[in-house]
Amino acid sequence: MLYREAGDFKTSYVADSQTFPIKFDRIRYYIVVAIAFGVVPFLINDYWANAVFVPFLIYAIAAIGLNILTGYCGQVSLGTGGFMAVGAYACYKLMTAMPDVPFVIHVALAGFITAGVGVLFGLPSLRIKGFYLAVATLAAQFFLVWLFNKVPWFYNYSASGQITAPERMMFGIAVTGAGTPAWAKYLFCLIILFALAWLARNLTRGSVGRRWMAIRDMDIAAEIIGVNPLTAKLSAFAVSSFYIGIAGALFFSVYLGAVEVGEAFGIQKSFLVLFMIIIGGLGSIFGSFAGAAFLVLLPVLLKNILVGQFGWATDLAAHIELMIVGGLIIFFLIVEPHGLNQLWRVAKEKLRLWPFPH
Amino acid sequence: MPETVFYALEVMLNGLMAGIMYALVALGFVLIFKASGIFNYAQGVLALFAALTLVGIMEGQVPFAHLINAIFGTSFHTFGFKVPALVAILITAAIMTLLAVLVERYILKHLVNQEPIILFMATIGLAYFLEGFGDVMWGSDLKSLDVGLPKGIDETIESLTSDWFGYGFFIDRLDIVAAIVAALLVAALTLFSQYSKQGRALRAVADDHQAALSVGISLRFIWVLVWSIAGIVALVAGIMWGSKSGVQFSLSLIALKALPVLMLGGFTSIPGAIVGGLIIGMGEKLFEFLIGPLVGGATENWFAYVLALVFLVFRPQGLFGERIIERV
Repeated sequence: MLYREAGDFKTSYVADSQTFPIKFDRIRYYIVVAIAFGVVPFLINDYWANAVFVPFLIYAIAAIGLNILTGYCGQVSLGTGGFMAVGAYACYKLMTAMPDVPFVIHVALAGFITAGVGVLFGLPSLRIKGFYLAVATLAAQFFLVWLFNKVPWFYNYSASGQITAPERMMFGIAVTGAGTPAWAKYLFCLIILFALAWLARNLTRGSVGRRWMAIRDMDIAAEIIGVNPLTAKLSAFAVSSFYIGIAGALFFSVYLGAVEVGEAFGIQKSFLVLFMIIIGGLGSIFGSFAGAAFLVLLPVLLKNILVGQFGWATDLAAHIELMIVGGLIIFFLIVEPHGLNQLWRVAKEKLRLWPFPH
Repeated sequence: MPETVFYALEVMLNGLMAGIMYALVALGFVLIFKASGIFNYAQGVLALFAALTLVGIMEGQVPFAHLINAIFGTSFHTFGFKVPALVAILITAAIMTLLAVLVERYILKHLVNQEPIILFMATIGLAYFLEGFGDVMWGSDLKSLDVGLPKGIDETIESLTSDWFGYGFFIDRLDIVAAIVAALLVAALTLFSQYSKQGRALRAVADDHQAALSVGISLRFIWVLVWSIAGIVALVAGIMWGSKSGVQFSLSLIALKALPVLMLGGFTSIPGAIVGGLIIGMGEKLFEFLIGPLVGGATENWFAYVLALVFLVFRPQGLFGERIIERV
């Protein structure tokens, strides 16, 4: 009843082309943002921050990044873990080399460095297409992880080969290091995610995004109508890697605090983020959030039920989780190739007509 | 000749042998890709699953013992008898065939006419599912697989070569067996696809789906057939790799090693898979031997990919692949 365009008159082009054209959607969006910024930080505790909220926010950034490349520009990448590692190590090197610079600038710079690396590994995409490219991005994944493992300069010659985030303050409050309050971690990631999601949403509906989508739908046809594949593909790689690099930097510095590259940024991470965007929906910002939320919550939920309630062994629960994730991927690809986002869209369409569907 | 040259030669030979092992996995990929255009990421996990099942049957393990024990609070693990290797291999082959039927019925049938990339991602899902399923069914601990294949250094070759050149070559017997098995497998597959009725149908489907359908070839039957052959190739690869390094999760990662082999050889060519495997195997062992010490070692993790990547930039269809023609 509330979900209607009727009566909501647009009097300017700006109003007509806004992200949420329906009033109910707009209000819902403001409420969600208000709760995320104004309510959750006061209620959050260490368990919820570390198990659910912070990983969700960081994976959402990575998922938006991969969605730009795979969902919008059609270039499948299995190198996400490697690019996250670039972000993490760039952030670490910057944090230790320039301790006086504000931490946010380190994170942003880590993003730009990753963007550069991403463009470099994106160059073959001009010649190689489809899953040939997917396999080619594996070269980035394995090479980068190997590089950070083998070259001691990257981990400042530490004996364990790990990198550990030093403590950094923002406005007098710790955001990295052991003494960080849960709400500070949450809020710091949320602000970055909010800014990046807003940017992504507006990029993808502008001319840049339309160029990416033209390349995705058919690259030769796009070239004929005047889209330059070189700039379109490489800009997608750059923007995508920028997001993924920031996600990697936050994953290392804010979320984990200390990482070992093979463990934290292995091939499994690449698949995890890819699954997020498949389940959430390729080519949609909302889908990136939905997929990240789904795949962060699922293991927590399964662990609580199988291990907490039934008392099963953790390894058995982990195997069943693998089965469920694999099964869900197949299920989504068969039943709803456009993911959770499509279910959401269908629900909204139904809601517009409800309760009089004719 | 100096010692190091012989040593380099030995490294090269062992690389060739390792390449044959990669090619065994790559073969399964090529078969499925040719017949259905599906890039089957799950091939490595198929090999893992086949090897797990084989060990489980040979050791007389109770399937799902872990799960049953967790639900009912019982604690049994084995039936208490052992199954001879040959019988176990036959049972495993039957299970792989059954798996092919299930995959066709519950996954492929619903994904006809989807884009290749969607099918690729579906096989990643299948890989995850099978990995979890195999672990739940047989447990995830490291198992040793022994079907009676010869192992260890081949002393005859070592003594012969040390008589001839004054340097004893070290070659694993298992690698020689693997090379023979791979040769037999390729010969059998070639004979099957050239001279049997099903084989001809298979080639027809590979050539043109719609034309094959129109002359009355059942696509679904061919897919089941191809996936069962791929399952049996996976079983052979699983036996070889399992005998070499034990059966555990890392076995499924050989699929990742087979990918550059395929890119190099071309996705549609069986000889390409063999030649690609040999090049990659030899290349990565030689690179590790010559350049590895300079950069800290463990270059085998990525060398194959970078080699394939560089190669693809110049020849996107691979060595023996069909030329890629694109139309608007």
